[in-house]
Amino acid sequence: MKQNSHYMEDEERDPASAPRDESLEEQDPVTDGWPEEKGVSGEWSVVSSEGDPGDRPVVIIKGLKKAFKDHEVLRGVDLHVNKGENLVILGKSGSGKSVLIKCLVGLQKADEGEIEVLGKSISSGLSYGELNEIRLRTGFLFQNAALYDSMSVRENLAFPLRQHKKDMTKEKREQLIAETLDNVGLAESIDQMPAKLSGGQSKRIGLARTLILHPEIMLYDEPTTGLDTGTSREISELMISVKEKYKTSSITITHDMLCARMTADRIIMLKEGVVVAEGSYESLEKSDDEWIKSFFF
Amino acid sequence: MQPSLNPYQKTRIKITQKKSEFQKFFYEAGDMVVFTGRFFRTVFKPPFEWKEVLYQCYLVGYKSTFLIGLTGFIMGMVLTIQTRPSMASFGAISMIPGMISVSVVREIGPVITAIICAGNIGSRMGAELGSMKVTEQIDAMEVSAINPYRYLVVTRVLATTLMIPLLSVFADAIALTGGFVAMNIHDAMGFRRFFSVALAHLEFIDVFPAIIKTFFFGFTVGIIGCYKGYHVRGGTESVGKAANSAVISASLGVFVIDMLAAQLTDLFN
Repeated sequence: MKQNSHYMEDEERDPASAPRDESLEEQDPVTDGWPEEKGVSGEWSVVSSEGDPGDRPVVIIKGLKKAFKDHEVLRGVDLHVNKGENLVILGKSGSGKSVLIKCLVGLQKADEGEIEVLGKSISSGLSYGELNEIRLRTGFLFQNAALYDSMSVRENLAFPLRQHKKDMTKEKREQLIAETLDNVGLAESIDQMPAKLSGGQSKRIGLARTLILHPEIMLYDEPTTGLDTGTSREISELMISVKEKYKTSSITITHDMLCARMTADRIIMLKEGVVVAEGSYESLEKSDDEWIKSFFF
Repeated sequence: MQPSLNPYQKTRIKITQKKSEFQKFFYEAGDMVVFTGRFFRTVFKPPFEWKEVLYQCYLVGYKSTFLIGLTGFIMGMVLTIQTRPSMASFGAISMIPGMISVSVVREIGPVITAIICAGNIGSRMGAELGSMKVTEQIDAMEVSAINPYRYLVVTRVLATTLMIPLLSVFADAIALTGGFVAMNIHDAMGFRRFFSVALAHLEFIDVFPAIIKTFFFGFTVGIIGCYKGYHVRGGTESVGKAANSAVISASLGVFVIDMLAAQLTDLFN
């Protein structure tokens, strides 16, 4: 089934005409036969890392395809993320890992396939406002942290709050900023400019800026790239503590095996736009496949 | 070693290249129209980013006053000094203030202001948004459910649209002052006399269309600067190209609007 993603702004779309999956909203998320009955065919192992079989996956991707001109980056990716789980996606450069998570938040439009995030289909017919509702519940840590370089650390964290929590008092906002910075271990950097921060510090602030809106899902795009081993370990530990404190589910794109070993509940390996292996770190480490083994040595 | 091509093949390749450049131009023009249309759809809908608009007005307006003032002053002086010999040969030195005021207010002030702003502000916007694009800051806004177009583009375009007319009026005033200084040095013409003659020659039809067209100049500089920055693809090299392209396109846009404005004014005259 060909299904082009198409996000339109609220002002461009008649809200009444937006096709919504109403049956999905009416269903009991636990007892109904989801996702098979939602048109997402295929068999999912709907088992969370905590072992609760009733939890539905927070992310489901089915048959995702994406091409840039003639170059097919994703060639039918199927995956799911259970609630509270950290799924690590491993793959070599150019295997489509970053494109995959960008499709999840609408930064890239999928050519084909279905994506469901937190029970909402974002594949088609989604208005800009509806997409933003999903984005508000999803945090994204960019590879280079993407801090707003014209703003101080305090302003970087205050900016999303000012935009989305307009009724929040200044005192409450300051308190939340201080708490969040404390959670990432950089309370003293509050008045610094991004240009003055090290790579590891930038990542922490980028994470804090995302966490300040309390997302349910975290997407990490190569969180430890460009960092030394010690800092990489610190960031991985921070990711684990974020998962515990904020009760987030997450997808981590990485090349860093230390990060993968420390943070992964489950690993998916992507090769030329297709999932070729899936399992725990330990099970994949024991694989006889030469390509898989090349990641573990 | 490349195989040698016959003249027919060379011509064919050239035509294909020209065709693709031509197509690219029209694609970009179409994109630009869509980008501009989005401005009008967004600008009247809340939430309004007044604080950011004010900050951009400060950057565009206040931060450009020295440059605009200095250029205006030199422009007024040079215009007076250059026209003086010709006017003197007709014994029409007393007409110089009127001539200066009409040419400055109608044409030179608005155009020079817009061109300076295209270079100063258009390039800054192109480079700023371009670097935000390549460092994924615009994507970061998107994924935080913040509309980057509203926050970055609308505010900047509003600021240029509102500030360039003010800068233009400021440039006119300073250019006339420059003209007075030149006249005072050469002909000992007094301040009061200079300005009474200069203002007496100005009519509504000189001032009103000139001010109206500066709003269009401001809009053009802002929207082109933002468009070029917002559509940067690739790395840091493309940021430089975007800034450069913003200056060229915005300057060209200013001249085209000026030509249209001149035709329209002439029509109403």
